[in-house]
Amino acid sequence: MSDAKTILTVDDSVTIREMLFAALSDLGYRVLQAVDGIDGLASLRDEEPDVIVTDINMPRLDGIGFIKHVRKDQRYCGTPILVLTTESDPDCKARAREAGATGWIQKPFDPAKLAEAIRRVTA
Amino acid sequence: MGETGTKPRELVAFSVGGQEFCIDVMLVREIRGWAPVTPLPHAPAYVRGLMNLRGTVLPIVDVGARLGLPDTETPLRRVIVVVWIDTQLVGLLVDAVLDILTVSPDALQPTPDVGCETIEPFVTAVLTVEERMVCLLALKNLLPEDDAQAA
Amino acid sequence: MHTLPPEVLAPIKLVFFQECEELLGELETGLQALKNGDRDKEVVNTVFRAAHSIKGGAATFGLNALVHFSHTFENVLAKVRSEDIALNDELLSAMLRATDVLADLVRAERDGGNAAAIETNDLEEAFARYVAPEAIMQPSLAEFDDLEFTPVPAFEPPKENDWIIRFHPHADLYAKANEPLLLLRDLGRLGQARVILDDTGIPPLAELDPDGAYLGWTIALRSPAGEEAIRRVFEFVEGDCDLEVARGVLPASLFVPKRRAEDIKPLRDTKAPPSSAFKNPIQTIRVDTDRVEKLVNLVTELVIAQSMLTQRLSTYEHLDPGDELPLDEMHALTRDIQESVMAIRAQSVGFVFKRLSRVVREVETATGKQVSLVTHGEDTEVDRTVIERLADPLTHMIRNAIDHGIETPEERIAAGKPAKGTVHVTAAHRGGRIVIEISDDGRGIDRARVRAIAVERGVVSPGAELSDQDIDHLIFAPGFSTAATVSEISGRGVGLDVVKRGIQALGGRIAVTSEQGKGSTFALSLPLTLAVLDGMLVSVGGESLIVPLTSLLETIRPRTQDLRPAGPAALLMHYRGAYVPLIDLACVLGYRAQSLPPEKGVALIVEDDIGVSAGLLVDEILGQQQVVIKSLQANYRAVSGVAAATIMGDGRVALIVDVNAIIAAQRHKIPTLEKRAG
Repeated sequence: MSDAKTILTVDDSVTIREMLFAALSDLGYRVLQAVDGIDGLASLRDEEPDVIVTDINMPRLDGIGFIKHVRKDQRYCGTPILVLTTESDPDCKARAREAGATGWIQKPFDPAKLAEAIRRVTA
Repeated sequence: MGETGTKPRELVAFSVGGQEFCIDVMLVREIRGWAPVTPLPHAPAYVRGLMNLRGTVLPIVDVGARLGLPDTETPLRRVIVVVWIDTQLVGLLVDAVLDILTVSPDALQPTPDVGCETIEPFVTAVLTVEERMVCLLALKNLLPEDDAQAA
Repeated sequence: MHTLPPEVLAPIKLVFFQECEELLGELETGLQALKNGDRDKEVVNTVFRAAHSIKGGAATFGLNALVHFSHTFENVLAKVRSEDIALNDELLSAMLRATDVLADLVRAERDGGNAAAIETNDLEEAFARYVAPEAIMQPSLAEFDDLEFTPVPAFEPPKENDWIIRFHPHADLYAKANEPLLLLRDLGRLGQARVILDDTGIPPLAELDPDGAYLGWTIALRSPAGEEAIRRVFEFVEGDCDLEVARGVLPASLFVPKRRAEDIKPLRDTKAPPSSAFKNPIQTIRVDTDRVEKLVNLVTELVIAQSMLTQRLSTYEHLDPGDELPLDEMHALTRDIQESVMAIRAQSVGFVFKRLSRVVREVETATGKQVSLVTHGEDTEVDRTVIERLADPLTHMIRNAIDHGIETPEERIAAGKPAKGTVHVTAAHRGGRIVIEISDDGRGIDRARVRAIAVERGVVSPGAELSDQDIDHLIFAPGFSTAATVSEISGRGVGLDVVKRGIQALGGRIAVTSEQGKGSTFALSLPLTLAVLDGMLVSVGGESLIVPLTSLLETIRPRTQDLRPAGPAALLMHYRGAYVPLIDLACVLGYRAQSLPPEKGVALIVEDDIGVSAGLLVDEILGQQQVVIKSLQANYRAVSGVAAATIMGDGRVALIVDVNAIIAAQRHKIPTLEKRAG
């Protein structure tokens, strides 16, 4: 595995972070973790991930706010951002898209779905 | 084995041991003079050694020796034709480079059956240039067979 | 892979239950605050998120009873959050009771109780009065993937697989990092596609907005997939593009290129103002690794050419002192360029270290031991070529440290140690190399056992005198394993001998120190890059050769009294209490037929990767050098006895000796040999 791509995962649930870490590491990614939107923005100051996966419901700064901030940064105009959506909130997809999300992954996800969503938005 | 295809081919012709050979110009990377060569242990006599080509380590094959041609005076062999053999760069030690020939594919004739056995594996076709016979060299067989590495 | 393997899921499930306890706590606290009159929005949000997270995790693990109830609870909280329902005491009491039920469900799922038996109907009814019934849906479980199924029509219309798709992205599509190329690629995977670009929308350069969307595509697709599958490709970009999907074929004439490159006239002068897109300078750029490789190669050639020049000039006698200065400048500059370029390829070892925590978790689970992994020096940088090859040896060594070094919690407590063992992994630059240490606080090497096994396997003779260090290094001998049953983890085909060979193949060395009962420390020393090697330049039969320093132990002048013949053709030399074969390199490599009288040459005592020593007899030592490694196989083939080639300062090719091969070839001549352990 030479130049592994980097993924930033943003989710306030440690369980989801662990699941993402396990699944994404298996796909060969180098995984960065953040616990909410603020933490995510802090990570982006030091690192430049190739893909971002973020939850919506998080304390301090939620997924929608996080995405809006990220899209304002020139460095990330072309970075795919995927949101984790739940079926119980049907218009969160629309809100996420409006904020600038590239695509979504429905929860609960499994490694295959995760890989498929990432594949669709990366070369 | 008459060649099919309509486009004329460009061939680099050179002389070795009094005979003439040629190679497709697309396979020739450059032509340069002799430079000191580092001998390789246990290599066949026709592999003269390794030469430095601007940072690339190039094996030098003495074509005359490889083809079993009579040994002309070594100082005469001073030209290295650097060619691609598959993905490897190899330097062919020849006497002199003669000309670039442009021939139509049907000028290439199959190798005549009656000929020197030692040359046959190395010649894929012959052509006639001003009544002289020029053999098209088969590069693949020039290098020694790949033997398994010891230990 | 549809799901994560059970051994990975199991620890995450434990983490989940722990998280649930915390979230239940937050629920309780939040609801109490609301009951006490606190109406802060953030409290409501926290409570909602707690239920939401419990549901999310439960769904991942398929804990149905828990999913169902937490889903119900979450719905109510969602309505409270969006202020569709107002909080009142009755609702709050119900929610507090719901929290208790939720806790019961969590514990039942965690401890293997019967979660389905827990009574939830009362609360569901209570909540039903606040929430419309249809909101309480069946959550989708992991099995119900959004599998593509193309609806099969009642009767199949003949050959209707031709589609025309018109796709014109809006600017928003690009702004969200969606890529038409990827969408066209995914369309192409559905069948056979022919794509026509519509570039009529492109304005003159002066009017071009870099963020604008001027391109459109028409795609003729032949696919059995069906409309739903086609639209699904564009699922993420719905609303950000004009999309038409219809059955039909396009006339063939459309597939002729409309314009050729020569027809496009370059603009004379563009009055376009300088682009304001570069307001914020980009701090990093991404570069193709091929380009970096090429740059590295060019720079190493530059270094070689520069040293050739230096050598040439040094032979001129009429050099002014002033001539040296520009040369020194160039030398310094080339060295700087080389370092900067190598730095581009450098990566932190932390990248490899991150993977180790996962290894630790796996082994913990498999062995039942508890281990904490502490890493230091993650920022230590090493060339990419070395990093790639580090992962496996490090992984095996961690597995080994936990499996064999760290005791079980019971054993540790009995020994007065904390139940949890610690493995430290440290990286640092030392002496122009990178040193990585893996140390554990386990039981250390059981020297008596190691020695016994070594004797049993014939690795050492029964009477051999071995120091503690010698015994420790026996664990690197081939096929060595002290485990009575090779455990599932360490037994994955890797002994420490394989690890050692792997490290040595990188030009590194590995050593171990250990204290019985206290723990062991493995130290790896590796070059900073694989492209370069430190070697001893020697003259052999008129040729110059390089002997890698990593194999070199010592150089000595052979003395007649130390030499002993062994058989007709071989010679042994007495060296530090043992006999090592003296190998005449010039003869072995065919440079000279006659052996050199040993007293006239120099013996390089070298060691191969299994610890066998030999003396390489050379004519003289010319010095030490750092050389750039050039593969022989690239343009020729492997040569026995030769590891690689390099280009010296005088421009000539020099061969790098393959110590392992030379020693191995010699051993056939001298069958019985006392191995020098370590």
